[in-house]
Amino acid sequence: MIDRELLAAEDLFKSHQTAVTRTELMEIIGKDYLDRTDYLTLLLAGDIEVLEWMARRAHKLTEQYFGKVILLYAPLYLSDYCANGCTYCGYSAESGSYKRKRLDVKEMRAEMEALKRMGFDSVLLLTGGDRRKSPVVYIADAVRMASMYFSEILLEIYTLTREEYDVVRDAGASGLTLYQETYDRNLYDQVHRYGEKKDYLFRLEAPERAIAAGLKHINIGPLLGLGSAVHDMFMAGIHGDYLQRRYPEVELSLSYPRLRPAGTMAGPSDPVDDIRFVRFILATRLFLPRVGVSISTRENAYIRDHLVGLGMTRMSAGSKTTVGGYAHSCSRPGQFVIDDARSVAEIIAMLRQRGYRPEFSNWVTGIV
Amino acid sequence: MSYQIGGKNLKSRFFIGSGKLPSYKIIPAMVEKAGVEVITVAVRRIDTDARHENVMDFIPEQCVVMVNTSGARSADEAVRIARIGRELTGSDWIKIEVETDAKYLLPDNEETLKAAEILVNEGFYVFPYISPDLVTAKKLEKAGVSAVMPLAAPIGTNKGITCAALLQPIINEIEIPVIIDAGIGRPSHAAQAMELGADAILANTAIATAADPLLMAVAMAKAVEAGRMAFEMGLLTEKDFADASSPLTGFLRRGK
Repeated sequence: MIDRELLAAEDLFKSHQTAVTRTELMEIIGKDYLDRTDYLTLLLAGDIEVLEWMARRAHKLTEQYFGKVILLYAPLYLSDYCANGCTYCGYSAESGSYKRKRLDVKEMRAEMEALKRMGFDSVLLLTGGDRRKSPVVYIADAVRMASMYFSEILLEIYTLTREEYDVVRDAGASGLTLYQETYDRNLYDQVHRYGEKKDYLFRLEAPERAIAAGLKHINIGPLLGLGSAVHDMFMAGIHGDYLQRRYPEVELSLSYPRLRPAGTMAGPSDPVDDIRFVRFILATRLFLPRVGVSISTRENAYIRDHLVGLGMTRMSAGSKTTVGGYAHSCSRPGQFVIDDARSVAEIIAMLRQRGYRPEFSNWVTGIV
Repeated sequence: MSYQIGGKNLKSRFFIGSGKLPSYKIIPAMVEKAGVEVITVAVRRIDTDARHENVMDFIPEQCVVMVNTSGARSADEAVRIARIGRELTGSDWIKIEVETDAKYLLPDNEETLKAAEILVNEGFYVFPYISPDLVTAKKLEKAGVSAVMPLAAPIGTNKGITCAALLQPIINEIEIPVIIDAGIGRPSHAAQAMELGADAILANTAIATAADPLLMAVAMAKAVEAGRMAFEMGLLTEKDFADASSPLTGFLRRGK
């Protein structure tokens, strides 16, 4: 189904008329409900004056629907074993020169306790894409342990079958983060050189399998810069719109990590500068006003601070992207380089100074 | 002029939500300056072992905590969240929120009614948040809820009393209190809700996102009071035309 929806969106993308006047752009910004063409028009709108008006509208919508609140969460890397050959990733099987690690039960507990001491109540558990080294039972055990510490447990793991999503849901998982990486199928095939992840459709349909299993929070997004950034943003927005219409009970959020040099790839093929990045976030807020936007520590402090009130609703803080990084400082390579290395206390102080309340709790312990 | 609701005697007809506030620290000031007596708290926002801010620490003792089941997607979830909420807060005032539509956040009246029937039986004071539908409100009243909370417009929209024609029948026909919840963006909306005959209103977005939340809370409280005062006095009806100088029924007075 999503497949067909995206094909129709491809046609819209190809036939899109790019020449629009400022008056036309202002009309779109003033609309209560934007359609898909409006969204694409805003993604492409290079006019910096118009960007300011988009920002004002996005600011208002974000405050209206999410309040003066930013949810803080922490990523917890369980394992960096990976069997996929993704050319852009530091965890890829290609970057094989370092010793991989998988947390055992004792180490897991130490990590969770360290995060709990920092005050977190929402945690994102991550593994590399290796079913042998981090099988579903291992992930389910980690979720069960996490449910003793945290009320919201999100997963960023390899794609599962419907039955496997049932298993992690029963263990206590409340949501799923899944990046399609790129919505350009040919490129997808090229950058995913081998491994299970090579199956584009199995990944594309994974959020719906997770929803069918009862996962409540779904976060999707592209890896910006891998393919044509506007194309991937547009398709991710359509994917979000599709999920929202079809599964109105789901709490949906989007995030758009910008690709940094990692793995075997030299750098992004379509780099996204700050202006475009901000425009993408604003356009998403206008198109999908109630959808959350999550920004990780991949982004630097300057950008993250200024995105408060401009569409962002969740941010990670005090993050370590290395396996075992919270309980023990170490020099292992992380999945990506952290650009905002501030502590949780510093992030809290920044939010308060901007008139926002840091929120740690987002769900009810024991309700799955 | 106090009134009875949920087994309590209250003076203030202005309830506030806490979810969108920029800081919980302003809650005590709102209680003091705007006379607020009822504060809603989402169970999903209560961090039982909070290291930073726990909303419960900021609510003055004399206030009534109305626990809400925000995030529940079914009657079953709402019931379970309500039970946990009572454990965590000690309050048996439960606002049932079941939202199966994350896009507009409109309440699911059907699931809400199911949850209300269960929670009333478990001894809660139940305050269901509903789309303004008289039939649902009647069923809820029969189920024994303490009040009904119809929305005036979708939550967070600040659009005001967009469906007075649906709210008015509920106010007219329901004997238990009616609290208008969601959509109230300005003091004038709050006054209008009270003029319609609502027993109380609840606001969060309008206060939380105001340039000065405390001042807006005070303004809202005054508007609520003014609207209520006018309602109790009896409003003058609007007239479409001036009194006719030659009354149409003048002929009936012939010969008198």
